[in-house]
Amino acid sequence: MKPGADIITKDLIAQHGLSDEEYKKIVEILGREPNLTELGLFSVMWSEHCSYKSSRIHLKKLPTTGIRVVQGPGENAGAVDIGDGLCAVFKMESHNHPSFIEPYQGAATGVGGILRDIFTMGARPITLLDSLRFGLLDRPLNRHLFKGVVAGIAGYGNCMGVPTVGGEAVFNDIYSQNPLVNVFCLGIAKKDKLFKGLAAGIGNPVIYVGSKTGRDGIHGATMASDSFDEASEAKRPTVQVGDPFTEKLLLEACLELMAGDLLVGIQDMGAAGLTSSSCEMASRAGNGVELDLTHVPRREPNMTPYELMLSESQERMLMIAREGREEEVLKICRKWDLSAAVVGRVTSDGMLRVKDNGKVVAEVPAKALAEEGPRYERPSAPPAFQDHLQSLNFDLLPDVKDATAVLLSLLESPTIASKRWVYQQYDHMVRTNTLVRPGSDAAVVRIKGTNKALAMTTDGNSRYCVLNPYLGASIAVAEAARNLVCSGAEPIGLTDCLNFGNPERPDIMWQFILCIEGIKDACDAFNIPVVSGNVSFYNETNGLSIYPTPILGMVGLIEPADRAMTPWFKQAGDQIILLGATKEDLGGTEYLRVVHQREQGTPPLLNLETEKTLQHCVLRLIREGLVRSAHDCSDGGVAVALAECCVTNSLQPLGAVVKLAAGPLRFDSLLFGESQSRVVLSVSPAHCEAVLRKAGEAGVEATVIGTVGGERLVVEVEAGGRGSGCRIDADLETLYDRWGNSLERSLTHP
Amino acid sequence: MNFGVIIFPGSNCDHDCVHVLEDVLSQKVTQVWHKDTSLAGLDAIILPGGFSYGDYLRTGAIARFSPVMGAVKQFAEGGGMVLGICNGFQILLEAGLLPGAMLRNRSLSFICKDVHVSVENAATPFTGRCEPGQVLKIPIAHADGNYYTDDVTLSQMKAAAQVVFRYCTADGKVTPEANPNGSLDNIAGIINAAGNVMGMMPHPERSAEEVLGNDDGRLIFLSMLDALKKAKLKTVLAS
Repeated sequence: MKPGADIITKDLIAQHGLSDEEYKKIVEILGREPNLTELGLFSVMWSEHCSYKSSRIHLKKLPTTGIRVVQGPGENAGAVDIGDGLCAVFKMESHNHPSFIEPYQGAATGVGGILRDIFTMGARPITLLDSLRFGLLDRPLNRHLFKGVVAGIAGYGNCMGVPTVGGEAVFNDIYSQNPLVNVFCLGIAKKDKLFKGLAAGIGNPVIYVGSKTGRDGIHGATMASDSFDEASEAKRPTVQVGDPFTEKLLLEACLELMAGDLLVGIQDMGAAGLTSSSCEMASRAGNGVELDLTHVPRREPNMTPYELMLSESQERMLMIAREGREEEVLKICRKWDLSAAVVGRVTSDGMLRVKDNGKVVAEVPAKALAEEGPRYERPSAPPAFQDHLQSLNFDLLPDVKDATAVLLSLLESPTIASKRWVYQQYDHMVRTNTLVRPGSDAAVVRIKGTNKALAMTTDGNSRYCVLNPYLGASIAVAEAARNLVCSGAEPIGLTDCLNFGNPERPDIMWQFILCIEGIKDACDAFNIPVVSGNVSFYNETNGLSIYPTPILGMVGLIEPADRAMTPWFKQAGDQIILLGATKEDLGGTEYLRVVHQREQGTPPLLNLETEKTLQHCVLRLIREGLVRSAHDCSDGGVAVALAECCVTNSLQPLGAVVKLAAGPLRFDSLLFGESQSRVVLSVSPAHCEAVLRKAGEAGVEATVIGTVGGERLVVEVEAGGRGSGCRIDADLETLYDRWGNSLERSLTHP
Repeated sequence: MNFGVIIFPGSNCDHDCVHVLEDVLSQKVTQVWHKDTSLAGLDAIILPGGFSYGDYLRTGAIARFSPVMGAVKQFAEGGGMVLGICNGFQILLEAGLLPGAMLRNRSLSFICKDVHVSVENAATPFTGRCEPGQVLKIPIAHADGNYYTDDVTLSQMKAAAQVVFRYCTADGKVTPEANPNGSLDNIAGIINAAGNVMGMMPHPERSAEEVLGNDDGRLIFLSMLDALKKAKLKTVLAS
């Protein structure tokens, strides 16, 4: 019996976000008009969110291979070998649109989705990191969104017992109408026990496990592939509601099922729910899947096949079990009080065939849905404002007068200020692996049963990216790697979450393509593979697009684990060494935004060879035990880096006395410029000479700039022949208060 | 010794307790599923932290109906040592094995951080390794740790030295500022009148290894081991 005919009107096609061309292709593939259910299947699977139709040809440029790569892009998550028969499985995903519409549930279900991507692979999730972009907190709406998102991440992650160990939060009004919520998750799996989304073995049963299916989230993937306007509020019902308790049961049940020899394939029902999980698993295996919706556990009566196939109800998994082992699978699901049912079989004909009450209601080639969606090489051109953005005459900007006041205002900028208010709401210690807690350059967790630890970080500077997408994106890679190296880790893999505006606009496509090239070149230079990722387009509201915001989640290996390094000063009397050269790099800095209210200029230049040399040198010094602290110079330059070295360990703050020579540089460039490839070290006096010698041998500029100790941070700037210098002088209590308490103050006492 | 760690649906500190007992302290651990009804052969019971039943309805309110809780009650009535940590403490309150109740934190938010607690009673089987008044640094991680009970119960508990831990400053002062969640009288942990069932909000299993930044929490487990050994010795001598 053939699927019943529906009248497919032009309006209906447009409502499903499909173009005329795309509809024609559907008719061609089917050899007939689709019915409404089939139109729904194509609509979600060919949406930008699921098909990557605008990005795929560009993503192919990224380096995805390497000796450690066990699983590259294309699966639920990527995996890299960390030795001892183990691999680290990780991925980052966005949940931007839902979080703007309904911050708590939007963020919570974002966490739920990425967790499922990880444990679907057979890995137990051990860490979460979240990368947030919000508008400035003087607006009540931004505070509401930010608080809601933080509470949502906390509510879901804490309940799951997966620690949220790090991340970042950046504030800029460009995100007022479109905040970004990117969540990174990492799990550990046995290398030979990785699970994939494969519908292998003709006749094998397809088993549905988890929450019952309701009408929530229908067309979530299509919503995520559209821009926002005033009517977006009305989309709240398309945001799903998370149930972390069920997810925790699902996690434990899945890992128990995987420990036996019961499953051949598994995939979570994320975006596009039952549709994507079934057709993607079938397509990867070159098989078909026949589903009988009669058996799908449901929450509401009278659901149509269209609704059942497109629902994005959370906390659901689709599994392919070994034939004859169904009862064992169902028994474990019952133990964990989860709904479970055999809902179909793997077939040999390559079709996704959906039956309901004995009738075939949809019949579509699985490959056509999963892999044969449209691919676009969309036109690209630089935005008209690009030249204006990059030109900035610094001679018109007065140099810094009161450097102490500038430092304090930078420390209380929410982008730089301590995120303690955020991470204290996250359980960051459960599973007792957290060796370096949030607030360092990278989070470090031990891998129990080995002598290893993993460091991880998320990074991305969108202001650099809007000024120069290529440079901004390569700096993001460099900075992520530098953060790991400063934590004593060797970078081994990367996941990217690419947040951009509407790809149908040439200027957005131009930003996207250049960012990809920047990531590619930096990854090639540092030899770091991209093993998984996610693209989020259409981040614009009422035509205003966000800055191009590629966020990188990077993972590094520390061996032995006790070589983990932290940024804060440890011991009075230690020598402070600045590695790397300071140049006239004020363009796109946080200083320019905070003090001169400008987001202009050329971002700091990045020389990949210089950066590589610096990172090798820092890692070697840490591994040889010559360094007591290491901190990357980034937002706010060397002055902010020094202040952070003083106060980030709030239990034992330590002052410093520093002398810097300005030479030909402006004072603000020297103190607050964001020249790349720089690291602040502290070393014991006994090791100072060795560190300087080794840095010199490596070709890294190294200068002793001061001494740790005292109750104040004092930075004397010598002007050379140019009249009087300038000076930073602040006591530790003030520094800590401005850095440590500002975020909380701006949220609780705006 | 053979410790039983009870796993409710939604427990998430169960693995951490097992890790400390097995890998750090070389003890035998039996993981007890909440649908089990026997605790035979176990020397002490731990109810771990987490979000049993998602903390839906009220923390610990559903878990107290789990089949295993009947056996836990019996075990406690027979004098067996029972330790409830965080959600485990909340379950013991709901089950009536300890007096009082938990309210939402004063800040209304989840709080995860190191806190200091002073040992108010060092003469319990859970604190024998501590000095009276000793300050321990142990992390908390909860949204509902704001302990409450009525005045009469509080004065009875105080009179019987049932308050075991109070939140304090690093140098041992019990001040309002040192109280992270608004708990009545800075209470962080209490014991029953019989002295064999203790609940505490801080997580000793998260601070039992130096590599994690501090190992004060280890004293709780070592104290339990001392008490169990002493009890075993008594039984042997008596027979």
